Amino acid sequence: MCLAVPGQVKDIFDAGGTRMGRVNFGGITKEVCLAYLPDIGVGDYTIVHVGFAISKIDEESAQKTLRMFHDLGILEEELGGAP
Amino acid sequence: MKYLNEFRDGDTAQKLFREIARVTTKPWALMEVCGGQTHSIIRNGIDQLLPDGIELIHGPGCPVCVTPLEMIDKALAIAAKPGVIFCSFGDMLRVPGSEKDLFRIKSEGADVRIVYSPLDALKIARENPDRQVVFFGIGFETTAPANAMAVSLAAKDNLDNFSVLISHVLVPPAMEAIMTSPINRVQAFLAAGHVCSVMGYWQYPALAERYGVPVVITGFEPLDVLDGIRRAVMQLEAGTHEVENAYGRVVNFEGNKPAQEMLRRVFEVTNRMWRGIGMIPSSGWRLNEEYRYYDAEYKFEVNGIVTKESSLCRSGEVLQGAIKPTACPAFGTVCTPRSPLGATMVSSEGACAAYYNYGRFVNIVDMATA
Amino acid sequence: MSWTCPLPLRDYPNIVLGHGGGGTLSAELVANLFLPAFRNVAIESLGDSAVLRVPAGRLAFSTDSYVVRPLFFPGGCIGDLAINGTVNDLAMSGAKPLYLSVGFIIEEGLPMSTLGEIVEAMRAAAEKAGVQIVTGDTKVVEKGHGDGCYINTAGIGIIPEGREVGPGRAKPSDAIIVSGTIGDHGMAVMSVREGLEFDTIIESDSAALNGLVEAIFGASGEIHVLRDPTRGGLASSLNEIASQSNVGMALHEHRLPVKPDVQAACELLGMDPIYVANEGKLVAIVSQSAAESVLRAMRGHSMGRDAEIIGTVVTERPGMVTAKTKIGGTRVIPMQIGEQLPRIC
Repeated sequence: MCLAVPGQVKDIFDAGGTRMGRVNFGGITKEVCLAYLPDIGVGDYTIVHVGFAISKIDEESAQKTLRMFHDLGILEEELGGAP
Repeated sequence: MKYLNEFRDGDTAQKLFREIARVTTKPWALMEVCGGQTHSIIRNGIDQLLPDGIELIHGPGCPVCVTPLEMIDKALAIAAKPGVIFCSFGDMLRVPGSEKDLFRIKSEGADVRIVYSPLDALKIARENPDRQVVFFGIGFETTAPANAMAVSLAAKDNLDNFSVLISHVLVPPAMEAIMTSPINRVQAFLAAGHVCSVMGYWQYPALAERYGVPVVITGFEPLDVLDGIRRAVMQLEAGTHEVENAYGRVVNFEGNKPAQEMLRRVFEVTNRMWRGIGMIPSSGWRLNEEYRYYDAEYKFEVNGIVTKESSLCRSGEVLQGAIKPTACPAFGTVCTPRSPLGATMVSSEGACAAYYNYGRFVNIVDMATA
Repeated sequence: MSWTCPLPLRDYPNIVLGHGGGGTLSAELVANLFLPAFRNVAIESLGDSAVLRVPAGRLAFSTDSYVVRPLFFPGGCIGDLAINGTVNDLAMSGAKPLYLSVGFIIEEGLPMSTLGEIVEAMRAAAEKAGVQIVTGDTKVVEKGHGDGCYINTAGIGIIPEGREVGPGRAKPSDAIIVSGTIGDHGMAVMSVREGLEFDTIIESDSAALNGLVEAIFGASGEIHVLRDPTRGGLASSLNEIASQSNVGMALHEHRLPVKPDVQAACELLGMDPIYVANEGKLVAIVSQSAAESVLRAMRGHSMGRDAEIIGTVVTERPGMVTAKTKIGGTRVIPMQIGEQLPRIC
């Protein structure tokens, strides 16, 4: 369930009182409703489900996770423990 | 695509597989709740490469699969009415009702349209003021804010030709139902990451405590799923039952407040039938009194629906994780994606469809060593 | 598109039933629209049949009908699809395409300018592919039928001696080569359909492949199978070939070439590019020893710049196509059931 795809907010505009934006997904731009993320700004990353941005991506957390993956098993390799 | 491709890296996946193997000393049964996670697991072959003792039980997190048969039949009845434009997500088109499905109704002349977002359905309503436009609002908590917004905007503009057929289902009651089932084997949960991005995960500590199960909020890309499994196994090995957030880039404890505010405004809790499972109390949302005008069930009196389910279909047991699709005698024989008996074979993330489409009717070991 | 309406047709801004009736209106349409576009001796003789002299040899003969909706999409229209599609079908048998017929079924009320643009696109595509449209037919159906315009094209070509290609000829250890990025056409069409609009232009890859096919045969004589994966995408074509040749296929997912924006569009809609239609790509199954030289020849041709070897034909599991996933697992790629639908879940 819940196919939600990450994209970057390119611009923000108002459509009849509703906060909308153009979000860039790896080269594809689509109009997205930003009403549920009142604090999101241009340049921020968000995940989008059925045309709605539902969460701002915490880039620091993402980098931390990737760093953690990178460090996984390093100690073990150093000790010669990897299979 | 940024924040997507990095979480599909093959080398890191191998590292995570090794890490999981390293920390596993006993057999464990984990359930991934969300159908999107099931899809990712089967499609990428994650289950093939896990150590032998780790079993992934596929959960009922496929809103398409669990939409009650009666609701499908209501959708078909409404879609067949002259003048109606029936809008739906693509997933629902081939889900079998008692007799037909939306695809068949469409080929018989009904105006059934696939939309990407409920806002597209709203747009169609504005552009066709002389037609009644109905949107099939299925989904978990992830999709509910979108559906709520469509209703809210329709109400704001006093649209008289737009309504929604709501069949929302909630995850935490389903997890409870699984834990209290006599056939339950689940020892840890990989919780649905995108549902939690809306709702937060404040509902889970009580569940983890009550049933003594670790709950790891997990994403959908291969590395996210593997990390979720890794953390769940580490907890199981250590004997802890905490709630852990492995999807921090998207999920936080409180969730999305503006979305939750809208949900409170538009919906109310109701009992729901889950196809294949049965009634789970307080496990669904419906439009509340204030928005009843936009509720298609009231607008179009569709009563007297008599449902008929195939007796061969065992999707309920599949949805509860009691059996794997391959254990069902109808799997791959009488029941295929071309001629599905039940919803788990139709939805691309129903376990049966995933198994069939990614070839799990072939021996897994045989495939993994090829 | 640059098409200006010729004088006699200007009285009729829209197609009427009479244009398909065989009388004056039909004749005017042929004389003022079709003949000037498809200029050649055969068609200008206006006989009931085109009379042609063809070289001796094996004749390849193909037909296809085009019902695409919408009629115009980024990168092309029904017109060039209709020409390129049949040219490509002929080329996939190893033939050099020569002559095409074209049959129109037009809905009453179609703007003349729309038909004009479609015909212009056909003219341009035929010229580019080096084929002639030598005979045709036009029928007009009542408003409400025909979806604007349906086109059928049929074509003939000659297969030079020594070329033996066919879907039943794949052999274990053969290399599977795709000529370029997959999924472009299907996502281009999807991108303009109601309810699924994107703001960015994904272009269809509609193109004639006969030139590329000549380049392939120029590189090697060990070409076993050629196929252009249209509806159902690469997955369907490979499954059909695996079945007809009674072999298995083992692909490597990370080697499949996909344009980033096509990939992004597929991600958004929950679709898999391997099932999405192409209109300017081919898959070549060639003997292992010829693979490198064929790949080089393909990449040296404008239609094959992004060619990749994506897998191998195997003896195991005949009829089945499998792929090694990016993370090291194995997935089966079955035949598609019906049309791939966008999903939210």
